[in-house]
Amino acid sequence: MPDVQSMVAEFVNKLRKRKIEGSQATAKCTVELLRSVISHQRVPHANQAAALIDAVKAVGQQLVAANPVELAVGNVVRRVLHIIREEDLSLTTAAMAGLDLLDASDDDDIDNCKGIGYPAMSAAVVAAAARSTLRPPSLQTLLEGTPESATVPYTSSSGADSESKTADKSSLTRKLKHDVIEGVNQLIHEISGCHEQIAEQAIEHIHQNEVILTLGSSRTVLEFLCAAKEKKRSFRVFVAEGAPRYQGHLLAKELVARGLQTTVITDSAVFAMISRVNMVIIGAHAVMANGGVIGPVGVNMAALAAKKHAVPFVVLAGSHKLCPLYPHNPEVLLNELRSPSELLDFGEFSDCLDFGAGSGSLQVVNPTFDYVPPNLVSLFITDTGGHNPSYMYRLIADYYSADDLVM
Amino acid sequence: MGAQKKKDAARVPEGLSRQRLQAIVIADSFNTRFRPLTLERPKVLLPLVNIPMIDYTLAWLESAGIDEIFVFCCAHSLQLIDHLKKSQWCSLVRTIVSHKSTSVGDALRYIYEQQHTETSQIQGDFVLVSGDTVSNMPLAELIREHRERKKRDEKAIMTMVIKKQCSRLRLGSDQLFVAVDPVTKQLLYYNEGGEVCLDKSLVLDTSVLVCNDVKDCYIDICSPEVLSLFEDNFDYQHLRRHFVKGLLVDDIMGYKIFTHEVHSSCYAARIDNLRSYDTVSKDIIQRWTYPYVPDISFSGNHPLKLGRRGMYRASDAVQSRSADIGASTVIGYGTRIGNGGKIFNSVIGNGCSIGSNVVIQGSYIWNNVTIEDGCEIRNAVVCDGVKIRAGAVLQPGVVLSFNVVVGRDFVVPAYSKVSLLQQAIKDDSDEELEYAYSSRGTADLLSGVNNLQMESKASELGPDGAGYIWEVFDSSHDEEWWKHSIVPIPMEKLADITQVTDDGDIEDESVVPPRGELKSDNDSISTDANDPNDDDYGYFQREVRETFLRAVEEDNNVDHVTPLINSLRFSYNMASADCAGAIFYSMMRLAVDSPHNSTSELYRNATSIINKSKGLLGFYVKQIDEQIEVIMKFEEMCEETAELVPLFAQIVHFLYDKDVVQEDAILRWGEEKAGADESDKVYLNQCEAFIQWLKEASEEEEDEEDS
Repeated sequence: MPDVQSMVAEFVNKLRKRKIEGSQATAKCTVELLRSVISHQRVPHANQAAALIDAVKAVGQQLVAANPVELAVGNVVRRVLHIIREEDLSLTTAAMAGLDLLDASDDDDIDNCKGIGYPAMSAAVVAAAARSTLRPPSLQTLLEGTPESATVPYTSSSGADSESKTADKSSLTRKLKHDVIEGVNQLIHEISGCHEQIAEQAIEHIHQNEVILTLGSSRTVLEFLCAAKEKKRSFRVFVAEGAPRYQGHLLAKELVARGLQTTVITDSAVFAMISRVNMVIIGAHAVMANGGVIGPVGVNMAALAAKKHAVPFVVLAGSHKLCPLYPHNPEVLLNELRSPSELLDFGEFSDCLDFGAGSGSLQVVNPTFDYVPPNLVSLFITDTGGHNPSYMYRLIADYYSADDLVM
Repeated sequence: MGAQKKKDAARVPEGLSRQRLQAIVIADSFNTRFRPLTLERPKVLLPLVNIPMIDYTLAWLESAGIDEIFVFCCAHSLQLIDHLKKSQWCSLVRTIVSHKSTSVGDALRYIYEQQHTETSQIQGDFVLVSGDTVSNMPLAELIREHRERKKRDEKAIMTMVIKKQCSRLRLGSDQLFVAVDPVTKQLLYYNEGGEVCLDKSLVLDTSVLVCNDVKDCYIDICSPEVLSLFEDNFDYQHLRRHFVKGLLVDDIMGYKIFTHEVHSSCYAARIDNLRSYDTVSKDIIQRWTYPYVPDISFSGNHPLKLGRRGMYRASDAVQSRSADIGASTVIGYGTRIGNGGKIFNSVIGNGCSIGSNVVIQGSYIWNNVTIEDGCEIRNAVVCDGVKIRAGAVLQPGVVLSFNVVVGRDFVVPAYSKVSLLQQAIKDDSDEELEYAYSSRGTADLLSGVNNLQMESKASELGPDGAGYIWEVFDSSHDEEWWKHSIVPIPMEKLADITQVTDDGDIEDESVVPPRGELKSDNDSISTDANDPNDDDYGYFQREVRETFLRAVEEDNNVDHVTPLINSLRFSYNMASADCAGAIFYSMMRLAVDSPHNSTSELYRNATSIINKSKGLLGFYVKQIDEQIEVIMKFEEMCEETAELVPLFAQIVHFLYDKDVVQEDAILRWGEEKAGADESDKVYLNQCEAFIQWLKEASEEEEDEEDS
């Protein structure tokens, strides 16, 4: 059995040293770590949920402090806290309701559940399933008339009732933990599947013979474009290279490997090219509560250019990127300044770097992220569907409980 | 006093997939550049942008994938061990303590000795750095490269990291000259500071890369042989001056050193004087060392908040609204700044209190410093616990050691170093180092400090101050005080030094291009270009004479000597006449120098020598002018050597007989001399009869022809 404490320390260390990059990888590591924290946490008989919440919060605070810029960590911690709270609530209400319930109805419910194939479905799973119904039906599904909600079990929570009625306290403890872990597993599944979920919607947004502009590199964007390509849509992609890290080059390579028509342009050519573009699609680092986006540096410029030419600016973001915080001073506080050596050769410029020597000195700023205000964003595509920036607060209310906003 | 182990060796001996990576960190500078600060605290614990230097080194080594770090402590070992115990690396780090070591060489020898007593010490290749290295370069690649090379070539025992850099003034280090084989990267020549004197064979090899625009990062990947080499050569002290030079010059067992040039996106620097302390601090603030920057908690430090314009501030720092905090400033936890202060380009530590209207520029204020109202501090280092009373001024370059008190309105003169400890009386040995103090123990020191504070009413820092102003006594460092100080180099010095380097460059360009392939025809590398031209003939004559004497001694054939003299002639750019003169001069000197009792004997010597080498002389006296030159030369010699005077006519006659000098030459010489002063005519008069005879002879010849 691995020592949880050392696992936490190791992950904190990685975050500090900036050895782990990308929101999805970070989110996945965080949620897996939290799962083992929960499963190794000894729960007292009374007030188990509070104990779990405290444990998760304690770890979460360490993780957030280790790299405050990586917002996905905080998001995932809050999601897990929310799961614990929801489970606790559903268990207590179930326990209270169970006392009044009749035996006969229970049997029916159990049969009902088994028939559907979701025995003892936990509340979180239901919640997650319910969320997927949040996705507005696409034009196609409306036309075809297949009800999406048919596969979603509505009544499974009553399955929990039947067990809890006979359960003693220890089994109740196990039950809460079990349900929480179930919920966390669901979250892991959701995070790792977010690319596919988002890519599924590609066909509805990318049309024949369109020109798409993207900036930097994002796995989500790659999957999204490729999904459209697989559906026999033919379109062109402009990739802005994303200086100074030039991740756009990597994206272009991948796209070409998958058979897309790709053109690489410099970041500074974005404005010149934007009039030929039908849609800008970028991946986000984080989506803030007001609908603002934090993305790779240069994104704001692309958004402004798109606005000027009334080109739709679409942001792809998995739900783990939804951050319940409002951006305050985003250029500085939510940014990370990396080494200037990505811009300049230290050896050649070391002469003009000695500031204070009377003459002027060279200062180099190399921010990693850019903030795009919500009024520049046309559409968010998350794993639950497309949303307006002004709708973000509603999604956030679904995912997080208000008690956890300040950790 | 054995090597201490922090953790039991519970690690399983592995090495199946990957060899363990080990590093030795020398946590002692073994020099006195940071005095008086290092009397009270080991250098590696001095704060660099509010984090002890060694933390940068350890954080870097850890993230570069080093599994085990041996920290060699010497001076103030207790403080260092204490720090390491509290740090997050206690599971990674082991300390080795030896108070007897006085150099890196001693340290490595000590480690080598310990190797046999300890079970798990240095097992394979290891990284050798000093505890003041700041870097973010990845090491894995480098170590792999070293191992592969070692596998191919047993003798490749060390890989040295070098980095390109423009200005050596930046870090206050000495000029470094290295020669590297561009293909194999083998180090062929290494010289820091001193006179550059390249081996001729090195220069003649066209494929050698000679550069002076690199710096040595003092990061080495060593094989275990390095330790045993230090053990074998017990006089090796300095890693570069002795060890590297020893390997390169003395060619010990054919061991080779290789270099690795760091990619330009990596940072690597070593802090070995106050100037590099200043420069590296600024590089850290400018984030070249990312991710080892103040707003990232890489060593368990509290991260600071980075604001606009490169301002790092602790979240609880209190700052008056009227205080002006400029760009590139760091302000630590619990620090309070009063009204109207101006702070630029400075680092302020934790728990400081700064009064109103204080000006701080380009300075390093460490922890818990109290600065009262109206002080002015420029380009200074102020250590922990210092009190600067109201109105005091620190002029540029001041270093205030721990707990010094500067009195009211006192002006600390520029470049002075102030400590509570009295400066040691100048010792005979320059090798008096940090360790000398450490043996006394800190308790001793502290009590001394207390006494001092009680008694020192007659302080050198004003009536209510405490501390002694140190004198810069070391004359050898005298010229370099400005180079190693924290102050920006004064304009006039800068002008001086750029001029010097410019001159050097000119010389370099003609002799050694700064970086590039050398031309092989450059064999006169040791030639001093400064020589005035007037002396050239003197040098040439001397060289010709030496060549001639060697030839005579070895009884050489003329054919062998002429090429030598020809090459001399071309290298000095001399005419054929000059050669003739010089050779004749050499011959006559030989005659005069060889033992003789009478003038007749001397004449016999001279004639025999002329006989022997008339071929050589004849080679250069084909023209009339050259022959005249020979006679003129002979005249000059007679002026110098009285012995020859009576023989003048005889020898000229002899030369004529041997066909060295033709009669035309003699006649022309006679005509030229006819118009000269009486004093000059001595020799002409001597030859009067001979010339007369010559004239008659030629007339007779003409008559014969006529008839």
